[in-house]
Amino acid sequence: MRVGVVTFPGSLDDQDAARAVRYAGADAATLWHGDDDLAGVDAIVLPGGFSYGDYLRCGAIARFAPVMRSVVDAAHAGMPVLGICNGFQILCEAHLLPGALIRNDVQTFVCRDQSLTVENVTTAWTSDYQEGQRIVVPLKSGEGGYVAPQATLDALEDEGRVVVRYAGSNPNGSLRDIAGITSENGRIVGLMPHPEHAIDALTGPGTDGLGFFSSVLASVVSA
Amino acid sequence: MSVVVEVMPKPEILDPQGQAVLNALHRLGFSEVAGVRQGKRFELELTGELDEAVLARLEEAASTLLANPVIEEHTVHVGSTVHDEAGDEPSPAGV
Repeated sequence: MRVGVVTFPGSLDDQDAARAVRYAGADAATLWHGDDDLAGVDAIVLPGGFSYGDYLRCGAIARFAPVMRSVVDAAHAGMPVLGICNGFQILCEAHLLPGALIRNDVQTFVCRDQSLTVENVTTAWTSDYQEGQRIVVPLKSGEGGYVAPQATLDALEDEGRVVVRYAGSNPNGSLRDIAGITSENGRIVGLMPHPEHAIDALTGPGTDGLGFFSSVLASVVSA
Repeated sequence: MSVVVEVMPKPEILDPQGQAVLNALHRLGFSEVAGVRQGKRFELELTGELDEAVLARLEEAASTLLANPVIEEHTVHVGSTVHDEAGDEPSPAGV
């Protein structure tokens, strides 16, 4: 199984995401923002960073990169797509996920090991977790406040599409403590915290994040 | 003559940047300011003449790229650049 990791100008965490893919037992393929070829991958990760310098709005310019046309088509066809931090912002800008991310209400960049509650374990990226499981992964973002219209928030809650929620104190003003959400079909997941930084106790707070990358193996094999 | 696109966060969306600017204004003694909302202004220079069709395309450009309708409102109108409005007179400092 091959998981593609897209590199945009200003991506920071593409290497860590590729490493997480390999730790989970899959092959990691490098995808380039200017190339609309997805190289036959089975799933895609949009990594964290500051694509295009966060100019205009976070993710607003990356959304129109040539590779995104193919990513959007593949996502609509059911390919699993995971957006982490800037990747989540790109998924929202591309309308693959509802809502938007705005500047943290605390007005500062937040960098800390963050407790999350995994609420939906039926998505392509969270099937290796237990419902209600508490995990700790790094959060590092300045514009991580999740917002959406009330009706959208209600729909996300009713349909069980909140994948991970901030546990303990809300770090950034995200409405309803939402840290990550999924698409209607559970194949697309976006979250602000960084599971790819929590796959090895040597370089992160633990290994709680590895489940995102191991889950997708099962989802592709079973699909 | 330019086409000006102005983008503002929707009223119901928290604006931490505006809040930070307001706090700084109050620290500096500008107590008459009760609130600040921070937005963006784009001045678009055109390759040709402006007509209704072009204006409609620029409205599309604004709602597609320049503003995110989920969190922002925008206006598209014909206007002068800030530079034109400010005139060409040298500033008091002579810069």
